[in-house]
Amino acid sequence: MRAAKAYLRSPAALMGTAILFAVLVMGLGANFLYPADPLGLAGRPLQWPGADPRFPLGTDPSGRDIAAQLFHGARISLLIGVVATSIAVVIGIAIGALAGFYGGIVDTLLMRVTEAFQTLPNFLLLLVLVAVFGSTMETVTVAIGLVSWPPVARLTRAEFLTLRTRDFVQACRVQGLGDAHLILREVLPNALPPVIVYASVVMAVAILLESALAFLQLSDPNVPSWGNLIGLGRSVLRTEWYVSAIPGVAILLTILGVSLVGQGLNDALNPRLASGR
Amino acid sequence: MSRLVVEGLTIRLPPGADRENAIEDVSLSVAAGEILCVVGESGSGKSVTASAVMGLLAPGLSIAAGSMALSGEDLRAQSPEAWRAVRGRRIAMVFQEPMTALNPLMSVGAQISEMWRVHMNLDAREAERRALAALREVNLPDPEGALRAFPHELSGGQRQRVMIAMALALEPEVLVCDEPTTALDVTTQAQVLALIKDLQRRHGTAVMFITHDFGVVAEIADRVAVMRLGRVVEEGTAREVLTRPRHDYTQALLAAVPGLHAPTARVLSPDVVLQVRGLTKTYVSRGLFRRRKPVRALDDVSVKLKRGATLAVVGESGSGKSTLARCVVGLLGSDGGQIVIGGAPLPKRRRDAARLVQMVFQDPYASLNPRRRAGAQVAQGPIAAGTPAAKAIQETRDLFALVGLDPESVGRYPHEFSGGQRQRIGIARALAMKPEVLVADEPVSALDVSVQAQVLALLRDLQARLGLSILFITHDLRVAAQLCDEVAVMRNGVVEETGPIGAVFADPQSAYTRSLIDAIPGRALFGV
Repeated sequence: MRAAKAYLRSPAALMGTAILFAVLVMGLGANFLYPADPLGLAGRPLQWPGADPRFPLGTDPSGRDIAAQLFHGARISLLIGVVATSIAVVIGIAIGALAGFYGGIVDTLLMRVTEAFQTLPNFLLLLVLVAVFGSTMETVTVAIGLVSWPPVARLTRAEFLTLRTRDFVQACRVQGLGDAHLILREVLPNALPPVIVYASVVMAVAILLESALAFLQLSDPNVPSWGNLIGLGRSVLRTEWYVSAIPGVAILLTILGVSLVGQGLNDALNPRLASGR
Repeated sequence: MSRLVVEGLTIRLPPGADRENAIEDVSLSVAAGEILCVVGESGSGKSVTASAVMGLLAPGLSIAAGSMALSGEDLRAQSPEAWRAVRGRRIAMVFQEPMTALNPLMSVGAQISEMWRVHMNLDAREAERRALAALREVNLPDPEGALRAFPHELSGGQRQRVMIAMALALEPEVLVCDEPTTALDVTTQAQVLALIKDLQRRHGTAVMFITHDFGVVAEIADRVAVMRLGRVVEEGTAREVLTRPRHDYTQALLAAVPGLHAPTARVLSPDVVLQVRGLTKTYVSRGLFRRRKPVRALDDVSVKLKRGATLAVVGESGSGKSTLARCVVGLLGSDGGQIVIGGAPLPKRRRDAARLVQMVFQDPYASLNPRRRAGAQVAQGPIAAGTPAAKAIQETRDLFALVGLDPESVGRYPHEFSGGQRQRIGIARALAMKPEVLVADEPVSALDVSVQAQVLALLRDLQARLGLSILFITHDLRVAAQLCDEVAVMRNGVVEETGPIGAVFADPQSAYTRSLIDAIPGRALFGV
């Protein structure tokens, strides 16, 4: 309750929530505003925004409506962001919790695996995964989740390391409770706040990674994502720069929204850290 | 004349706090060569008063009214720059925890020298010469070595001596001590108190000494101010306040100070419920580059607890008493020896051990999960052991009533309870498992003296009603004397002396036990 109040008092958090809500509405409203296939041909290619009142944001090199792609793309970007983040957070928490709680040999093994993932640049790893498993929406999303979990695991492990020796956890051991109870009921709820805050960073990065893949035309070409649109504009970047710039601004705003929400969550969930600034 | 005068000082708390003002209309004065003790329980505003005098109020607090003057000079009007010149040079402070008050990355010598280099622009060599002299004055055993040592290489008492040397470096007019001996062992506390008193007399410093311990007050104070809920309720000379307290609150506080009178010996059952035989525990720290000497936390420790009795395990920090407690409840494995409860060795499985032995923890704020309801934390043990949930919850409500809590409060979260109430929850949690032996690890040392008395009374009452056998770990001989039948005195992992508590306190056989008893603050006043 207190955290919710603190969140609503923070202007950054409210602005972030408003931006994300707008993107969500865009995604949800896409089918009503642009019921036709956004990837279908709509008119003459490369019309500047405003040149034809039918296409307020112009058309791309193939003559598809940019506004329609932007609205439908909001859906894709949010979906990829949320699903990939969930995958990363679940894997990260599971590995971090086990490593931090048990320590010793379990910790050593799991952390070496985590470090192996971390030492590879995650975009490179993503390219390899997509190259091997193909670039459908599903594989791209799962691949992004698979390259994003190591920092979550390290953060969770650090929290578990300090929390597992706390008296209340020891008290539960003395009460004869099992490890599953200790991990899930006692330690995890206390370890979650920083992980939730970090999840917003993972989500922003997930959206960016998808766009970067699409820019290299390695993402699923059959969905109208913002990244694909930027990729399409690449060949005409010097003359018709708006094709790339419009979805670029959309990505920028969405990530700004996610980051602001993350900051708001941080201020609300870690009040002591926030007041120190 | 008065060095420090505080008049009508009112400090406002941020909105939403539990009361409007941290301190209200507080007037105090300290003269040169005088020690004023400001006594109070937690939340009385004594530390806020000290930080106001130092110009170090926490953010959110603001001075609403009143004045502070240092040798006639108004302190409230000081700019932040002027404050910096005053702090350290004219008003110095000694903090409670010397480890956190010293910079861990700077050698002790460098930290003390800094005082002269910053405030008086002395060159490095002269500053170091004076630092050495200052360390000599606080009776550090090896001043030259201490100069080069880092804070973690010194013991708690030595660190506090360094803090005092630093505080007195520039001969300040006023020295503010905020619970300077609370984190120290009782024998070290006695030495540090004597040191403060001696230096204060030699330099004629005015000392404002914040404490919660009336024993310490009796040792050191010239005058006493008793604070409660932000107000000074009584002020007078130490003799007046300690022997003829006028205010009800002061009387209650003094009555709650435990004396060292052992209770009349009870007839104890011959049946031994817990037997520890030759227990050994060694801590080995493995480092990549250097291997520290292994620490013997327990060295061939043997103690016996009779059924229905209380055995006090007394010792200073590092004596191994907490290690013993953790071994007995199975939180730590031992390297050798045996723990026998009710005739059988302590089972390895956590669930089996839980029925035999339970523990009450020291810190009531850390020992409850902040995110779970109090009742659930008590009931979860029996539920895991197979009691049906409805029955366990009913038993929890009964236990809450038994330990003096409202049975309806089982649904509340820990932060809605006070420290004493939380400790009652901790006791209820331990009793829920119906153990043969209750291990209490410093259960009252984090509590205010009046709350301490209540929790001790509760334990005594529960023992009488339920026939509990208690292994009571404490550093405080006075607390042990309140409750325990027998005592084992530990030092460096070895049991120095055991016996009935009355006999041991009246006629200690070991020199160490005697030094512990001699070091109890305020013995002259509160009796042995």
